[in-house]
Formats: sequence, C-alpha cells, structure tokens
Amino acid sequence: MNTAAAWTPDQPMVSIKDVHKSFGELEVLKGVSMDIMKGECVCIIGPSGSGKSTLIRCVNALNDIQAGSITVEGQEVNDPNLDKLALRKKVGMVFQQYNLFPHKTALENIMMAPIHVLKQDKTEVEARAHRLIKKVRLSGKESNYPGELSGGQQQRVAIARSLAMNPDVMLFDEVTAALDPETVKEVLVTIRELAEEGMTCILVTHEMGFAREVANHIYFTDRGIIVEHGPPATFFTDASDPRTQEFLSQIL
Amino acid sequence: MEQVASWFLWLYQETGINLPIVYDSFDRKRFAEGFLTTVWLSLVCLVFSVVIGIVGAWLQGSRLVWTRRLVQGYIQFFRNTPPLVQMYFFFFALGNLLPTVENEFGFQQPMLGNFAWAAISLSFFAGAFNVEIFRSGIEAVPKATVEAAEALGYNRLQAYLHVVLPLAFRVCLPALNNNLVNLVKTTTLAYAIAVPELLYVSNQVWSDNVNVPEMMTILLFIYVGLVGILVWAMNRWERAMKVPGYGA
Repeated sequence: MNTAAAWTPDQPMVSIKDVHKSFGELEVLKGVSMDIMKGECVCIIGPSGSGKSTLIRCVNALNDIQAGSITVEGQEVNDPNLDKLALRKKVGMVFQQYNLFPHKTALENIMMAPIHVLKQDKTEVEARAHRLIKKVRLSGKESNYPGELSGGQQQRVAIARSLAMNPDVMLFDEVTAALDPETVKEVLVTIRELAEEGMTCILVTHEMGFAREVANHIYFTDRGIIVEHGPPATFFTDASDPRTQEFLSQIL
Repeated sequence: MEQVASWFLWLYQETGINLPIVYDSFDRKRFAEGFLTTVWLSLVCLVFSVVIGIVGAWLQGSRLVWTRRLVQGYIQFFRNTPPLVQMYFFFFALGNLLPTVENEFGFQQPMLGNFAWAAISLSFFAGAFNVEIFRSGIEAVPKATVEAAEALGYNRLQAYLHVVLPLAFRVCLPALNNNLVNLVKTTTLAYAIAVPELLYVSNQVWSDNVNVPEMMTILLFIYVGLVGILVWAMNRWERAMKVPGYGA
C-alpha cells in the first residue's frame, strides 16, 4: 500500500521489468521489460507463441510470473500478498473470445461487476451502463443476450463491461482476432476513441494498420523476448532486426 | 362432501371396492396426514439435498486437498451404500449415540425423532448425487468465462454465485430433475423407521380394512401425481431459465 501511495503520474503507470514466465518446462517470457506511461497506447505485435498474450495476462495477475517485477501505479503484481481486487479495479481486460456472461443481457453484463464487486448503487450503475452502451454504439441492444449479438457487438459490450469498473489501464488481448473483417472495424473505432480520450491502453494485436495509426509505441516480441520497439513512425520503416523485418514482410 | 362419502360407501357395498380413506373420517384423517407428511418430507429433503449439492460442489473446487478429499469421501460413502441401510445407520446407530431429552410427560426420549432422521439421511443420500450433478454442470462452464469474472475483480465465491452456478444450473437441470424425482420416491423408505408417511399410513389402513389392492392402486396414483407436479415445476423452471443463444 505504501508503494501504491507513492506513485505519481509522471512515473510509468505500468512498469514491467525483466519478467520471466514458464509453463512447466516451457519458458514463455525470457526477461521482458517495458514502461507504459499514463495515457499511452502501446501495441505488442509478434508471431503467435511469442508470449504476447501471456505478458498482458500477467499484468492483471491472471498468470503469475516466476521472476521479475510488474507494477501498476506502483502496486507490485508479483507479490504473494497481492490485493487482487485493488489491482483489478485499476486494470480492465478484454479477451479475444469476448467471454461475456451468457445468462445476462448486454446491460446486465455491464452492470454486474460494479454492483457485485464494488457494491455500488444500482441506479447509479444503471445510468452509467446506459452511457457506456451508447458510447460503444449499441443503443437498442440493452436487453439482448450475448447469444443474440454478433461477435463485434459482443466485443463492444465486453469493452463497455470493462469500462464500467472505471479502470486506469485497459488490456486488449487480440480482441479482433475472432471477428470477421467487417466487424473488426467497429471494435477498432471504439478502442481508438478510448485511446484518444486518454485511456492508457495495452493491445496485443495483429492489426498493423491500427497499430500504426493509434499506438504511441510498438513492441515486437518473438520467442519470449522483445526484439525491437519504437514509435510507429520509425518502427515500420526502420526495423533493423532481421526477425522484425521478416515478420513485417509477411504481414504487411 | 357428505354425498361423496355416501357414494363411496355405496360403491363398497355394491362392488366390494373399499376406500375407507374417503368415507371413514378416522381413516381419511390419518391418510391425509400421511400425505402431508410425505409432501413435507419431500420438500425438506429437496431443499437440503440441493443445498448440500451446491455447497459440496463449491468445496470440491477448494484449493485445500483435505477439503476435496472429505467431499469425495462423503460422496463415495453415500453413493456406495443402500439408502435403507443409511437410514438404519442414522436412526439406530447415530440416534443412539445422541443424548436423550426429557419430553412433556417427563420421559426420556431421543433428541431427534424418526422424521428428523429420515430427513437427514435422505438429504445426505440425494445430496451426494447432487454434488456430482452440480460438478458436471460446473465443469461445463468455460474457464474463460470464469476468468472474465476474475479479471473484473470477482473473488472465487462471488464468481461461483453470480456466474458459475447460474450457468451450471442450466446445464445440470435435467440430471438434477431425475435425482429429485428419485428422492421423492425414496421418501417411502422412511416407512422402515416408522415415519407416518403415505406408505406407512396406507399399511395401517389396509391392515384395518383388508383392502390391499385398493390402497396399492391409490398409492401408485398419488405418487404419479406428486412426481408429476415436481417434474412440471422443474420443467417450467428450466424453460424460465432458458437464455437465447446459450445451450441447446
């Protein structure tokens, strides 16, 4: 708690230092470091299996790490006595497969966590949920169940659900990977708006065009390490590492 | 009422079909009480066995290995022994170990009566199956959905109550339905420890009136009706919980 109180906005909001993570014998992250400042939008790209998703899952303690340090607003995540609720209030997460609660309507999905977890007043939460539904352009879909919504619509509900907790940083784990090309756009528009409003965002993505437009900084990971990183203006044109060049040539 | 009674008396005199539970006030009263005892015993056991199922399935997901083993031991014990033997065990073995209390007439009597023991043993019996039924439902809930709840700050209990259980219920209702039907029928075992439920009072009635075929027929139809009501209620519940685009 002392360290959390000591955090000031001029320090990195999320600080990842020399993180190592293994699943059994398989070492997935082999010393990854990055700093994300408040209001920054960072994209992590790289071939599948390079550890991108694992890395952001570690940021909100869905996966634990074996060595290194991750702090969110000064709070150490790699701490056996971690206050997970305090961490997850700060960190919102959106998943590739949306993972909405199928037995609740779109509006209820957004309202659930603030009511159950934060014990907030229901009428106040409902008003906020309506604003968020509007924000992600799903007005009229409030009482639809996830099974009645398209993938892109479900993903936008998932984003609104996460935003309802008023997080300081949002993690996006390949959120458009399961969508068809037309609906990818509507989700990306929503994320872009968030980034432009100053939300701190960490995205794992394969959308290079989006990364180039929206990201402040791009990290390229391969086999558990960060091979190269830089602002998009230089990253896509001046990549020096052969692995980055090869990846970009395949994907662009 | 008077006319109905006299019609059944006439029926007996004309055809020999003897249903004193309609025309005889004494038999009518004890049969009605037996019916209510069966309904009450069924309801008590339904509620407790479902609660045991929900709590047991929760404990089965515990991080503590001994908690899981304890639940597993409970399931094995109650699934692998006959319910009648269980009831005898509870009533005669455990019942004897409990201290006695003084009743209103100044006599010593067992702390728990036969109804209580029947309710306890049948609830634990059906509860063991319910734990397994709920577990099957819980295992059908995608891990990713639970993870989403975790990422929103839900702790394990909150996620269980608000996300896992409601989804698991929808998956396991047909199996739960079956087990609860069996439970209602198994309440007749309480006969063995002299709980005055339907079968027990029917026995009393046919012993006094020598009308075994009539009472047997009545008994069967009453159980058809009772279980029918339960199944109807469960099916309604199943429909009410149906969510568009989820499950079948």
